[in-house]
Amino acid sequence: MSAMLSRAEPSIASVGDYIELMKPRVMSLVVFTAFVGLMIAPVHLHPVIALTALICIAVGAGAAGALNMWYDADIDARMTRTAARPIPAGRVLPGEALAFGVTLAVFSVVVLGLLVNVTAAALLAVTIAFYIFVYTMWLKRSTPQNIVIGGAAGALPPMIGWAAATGSVGIEPVLLFLIIFFWTPPHFWALSLYRSADYARAGVPMLPVVAGLTETRRQILLYTLVLAPLGATPWLLGYTGRLYAIVALAAGAAMIALALRVRSEQHSHAASKQMFGFSILYLFVLFAMLLVDRASAAWFGHLAA
Amino acid sequence: MTTSLAMSGEKPEDGIRLTERQLRARRARSIAIAVSLGVLVILFYIVTLVKGPGVLNRPL
Repeated sequence: MSAMLSRAEPSIASVGDYIELMKPRVMSLVVFTAFVGLMIAPVHLHPVIALTALICIAVGAGAAGALNMWYDADIDARMTRTAARPIPAGRVLPGEALAFGVTLAVFSVVVLGLLVNVTAAALLAVTIAFYIFVYTMWLKRSTPQNIVIGGAAGALPPMIGWAAATGSVGIEPVLLFLIIFFWTPPHFWALSLYRSADYARAGVPMLPVVAGLTETRRQILLYTLVLAPLGATPWLLGYTGRLYAIVALAAGAAMIALALRVRSEQHSHAASKQMFGFSILYLFVLFAMLLVDRASAAWFGHLAA
Repeated sequence: MTTSLAMSGEKPEDGIRLTERQLRARRARSIAIAVSLGVLVILFYIVTLVKGPGVLNRPL
């Protein structure tokens, strides 16, 4: 045992490395969508409890990111985009990342359950488990539908936010879930179109690797054609005002226009890169408009009273 | 390991000497852990004030 210990090099991992393990950029989108779910709920939550819920959701998302990096370290090492991550770069040991991820996952779920409510905690636990066991460990390496089904994990945060406020799940958060669920394939496939060589080298069966670029472009368009009208359903079902509808339909039309450009693209990846970037903006704008809509409704309601 | 060393009567090793970089990294990690635990304690304290003494007493 002492021989084993003497071979082990003491850690040089910085705090920044551990923050990187939590995938802060993914986390920020998760927190934002959860925040929107929380804010549009018909129940007023005390700001401290709302902040607690968001911290727990952020930490839970970070835990999922760390566990994903722990399991995928071999893949990450073979891809240019991810080779500099803390584990493949040798700054954090796999066991350290595993311990970090498990600790954060347990803490985030338990604290959310104790301080906010059990429904939200259960949803957060399901989200983390789905992302790790279903997406990372099972689907990612075995099917080109990995990000389609696995996208459910990324789509759950608005439901967790809503559940944190209400203690239950309603139709509105399910709509938000569906919007993110159908947004995920065009978003990730746009990225994988110009990273397909990377994915092929790592042996990840992303759609462009398995079915080719032409089929991927066709699938991007199909999913975008579903996504664009879906983005307007909160208005169609009477949950939002006309301003949201105008923005959602305009942004949806822009997404379709970009998907058509991606479809007709042959030798360059300019449209794919543009679509990847715009898709992030699309989701942000849609969810921001839900906040604006709710805030303006509350403001005008206040004036009317 | 300590027990086995004590039982066998061996002289304990000097241990690993950390480099300056390793010491700095460990110190930063320790501070981050302390801050996180502090935030957790403060969070529980404030939530208890907000929700009242029956913070954990509610139906499942």
